[in-house]
Amino acid sequence: MLKLNMMKILMLGWELPPHNSGGLGVACLNMARALSKYGVKIDFVVPYSAEHPEASFMHVIAATHLDPIARYGGAYESNSIYEQIIPTADEAKYVSIRDIQHSYCEFIEGFLKTHRPDVVHAHDWLTFEAGIIAKKQHDLPLIAHVHATEFDRAGAHAGNPIIHEVEQEGLIAADKIIAVSEATKRIIHDNYHIPLNKIDVVYNSLDEGYNTSNYHFKEDTYDYLQKMKASGYTIVSTVGRFTVQKGLHNLLHAAALAVHKNPKLLFILAGDGEERNELVKLSADLGIGKNVIFTGFIRGKRLRDIYSLSDIFVMSSVSEPFGLTALEAAHHGDALILTKQSGVSEIIWSAMKYDFWDERKLADEILAIANSQTLRQTLQQNVLHEYNKISWDQVAKKCMKIYNNVKHKRN
Amino acid sequence: MRAICLYLHIHQPVRYREYSIFDVGNDHHYFDDDYYGRQSNERIFKKVADKSYYPMLSLLEDSINRYPSFKFSLSITGTWLDQAERWTPELIAQIRRLVDTGRVEIVSETYYHSLAFFSNLEEFNEQVKLHTEKIKTLFGVTPQVFRNTEFAYNDQLAKWADEAGYKGILAEGWDKILGWRSPNHVYQPIGCKNIKLLLKNYRLSDDIAFRFSNRSWGEWPLTVPKYQRWVDDDCLRGPLINLFMDFETFGEHQWKDTGIFDFMRNLIPSWLSEYENKFITVSEACELEPPVDAISMPETVTWADTERDLSAWASNAMQNSAMSDLYNMRDSVLATDDLELIRDWRYLTTSDHPYSMCTKYWHDGDVHAYFSAYASPYESFMYFENVLRDLDYRLEIKNHR
Repeated sequence: MLKLNMMKILMLGWELPPHNSGGLGVACLNMARALSKYGVKIDFVVPYSAEHPEASFMHVIAATHLDPIARYGGAYESNSIYEQIIPTADEAKYVSIRDIQHSYCEFIEGFLKTHRPDVVHAHDWLTFEAGIIAKKQHDLPLIAHVHATEFDRAGAHAGNPIIHEVEQEGLIAADKIIAVSEATKRIIHDNYHIPLNKIDVVYNSLDEGYNTSNYHFKEDTYDYLQKMKASGYTIVSTVGRFTVQKGLHNLLHAAALAVHKNPKLLFILAGDGEERNELVKLSADLGIGKNVIFTGFIRGKRLRDIYSLSDIFVMSSVSEPFGLTALEAAHHGDALILTKQSGVSEIIWSAMKYDFWDERKLADEILAIANSQTLRQTLQQNVLHEYNKISWDQVAKKCMKIYNNVKHKRN
Repeated sequence: MRAICLYLHIHQPVRYREYSIFDVGNDHHYFDDDYYGRQSNERIFKKVADKSYYPMLSLLEDSINRYPSFKFSLSITGTWLDQAERWTPELIAQIRRLVDTGRVEIVSETYYHSLAFFSNLEEFNEQVKLHTEKIKTLFGVTPQVFRNTEFAYNDQLAKWADEAGYKGILAEGWDKILGWRSPNHVYQPIGCKNIKLLLKNYRLSDDIAFRFSNRSWGEWPLTVPKYQRWVDDDCLRGPLINLFMDFETFGEHQWKDTGIFDFMRNLIPSWLSEYENKFITVSEACELEPPVDAISMPETVTWADTERDLSAWASNAMQNSAMSDLYNMRDSVLATDDLELIRDWRYLTTSDHPYSMCTKYWHDGDVHAYFSAYASPYESFMYFENVLRDLDYRLEIKNHR
């Protein structure tokens, strides 16, 4: 092995806990932590300024003076929210995510005048432009890490052409691409026309804090659900943003089919997003309003309580680069039903699987698990043996191997 | 005198399709997947016929015609015969020609390739009887030697076969049972009076059945002279070489391009070229010599996996509950006297079904070790349970008429 402990990595990221909105920040933090255990020195750039108490093992660098809340600009939320949150005229100019990316790039240009990392590791399209600057202007080896593409986020729709363009340029410029699943690798190959041998698959793992935290499920947290369960209901849950990517319409149609055969089914949709009102209406139209519960956005203990309470967890995504929530649900003893289009279904064998459009098969699987204690317990017990088989330590080893290869090729 | 006892097992299950709960009560055709479907019995049967049954039976018939002292034994399940009668009747005619030469012996077993012996003795007896009748009808002979599904054998089974009047019974020649003894002799099951026990020489059998095409095997490629040298050496331990294997070894497990057919075509005359060498059938093997020792297998031994036990068919909760649900229905199914219903129920007793629910190595991702007609053991169980629900539905209808 080469001298890994001398390795200096510049990581370009967009968020880190506790200032994260989703899985991207959690994955970056765990990956960096596992790498640092091997002596890898990491400078991690974020587009805002804030404290990161969990990230003391590396050097977190703020690319702007912005508040963390502004980092996604207007890309996903309406501008009016930001006008309320950022009242000062000075910061208002950063409202657009493109502006923030511009500042981020300027910062990287300046930073690289005084620093020379061995490898630049950029996470998702948000930082790809900065990565390209490092590669083209400073001749540094670039790794583009793809946690999700615009094709995933947009479901079956085309997505934002500007984002596609940035993704395309980053993927072409990169020396090596890391995809979080074979499914993502395929999208990168099919839709961005990148040769397969340039793409390595490195799966994510469960957050390291997940197993060790002192979480305890108290049975009376959701009293109503607990009572329903005691009277013979099977609890089916799903967790995520209510966007087209998550395939929740299909899930509700399948729920209606299943409830028709077995009325003692309760579906919990945990999360929020632009499809919420549509989904509420759809469940009413399908006549299963009483069987579907919307919790709104939940996290932390309240989310874990939902997992604990559930018998079945469904990942219904039309496209899901990885799907960490499935591993979380498995940790809490749920039987898993996964779409074949999710990355996590590539590594988990003890689960029922279906194609996202196959509502009848999903209904079949829900009913089979609800109607057979044997099947439910077998799935629940078996997945406990395998959800933890990929560790962040393995992720770090794979990343280091990739760092070495790109560096070696350069020299 | 040195003898090779070549015994080949022919079987295809009748697979249930991806039978949805929404089909229950509406559609009773569990075994008729679309031709291009994953569980299409017709497509799979015809594919294996092309790759294995046709070329291998022709090779065997050719060798029977060419070498007057070539002999072998066959076991053929009822589920295979049912399907061959529908789709490849010429294969049955060919086997009939072979049996008519008097040099091909048919071995007895359960009609439905089931493990009924361990679940319901009455059903087991019935299935053996059905098989005997079918063999008599198609080939005009009554089998004298018994083999149980998956070679699942124990002392009680031997006792049953002894009392049923069989000349011999076949089992795995497992080291843990044999100890220093060799499978190359005739044995007697412990406590039995007449029946003989023939034990598979699994090393020499598996050299052909499993290792033949394995390029990472140190002995690859396996040639006839090399193999015959091993057989010669092994004969020092005893005069009887029991080569027991799946018929589909030839053409399906080992593809044609591995040279497996040429190997077999040449092995037969090469073995016979030495004056003291013979081929014998299983009945003849029973009479080759008086039993050299009594063998006891109180625990069930099979020919599967390194464990050689029943765990591939009956180790997890899904397999156990599927089989107990199935056998619990037996009395009510038989009471209907509805031949179609009874036949459908019996097709479900085939051991391939619980095998496809096996999770032993599943989460290691070692899926290739388990070729299965279903996407996962869990799906197999799900569809099986749905079929049982429909059988229940049909029983309800019957009883309320």
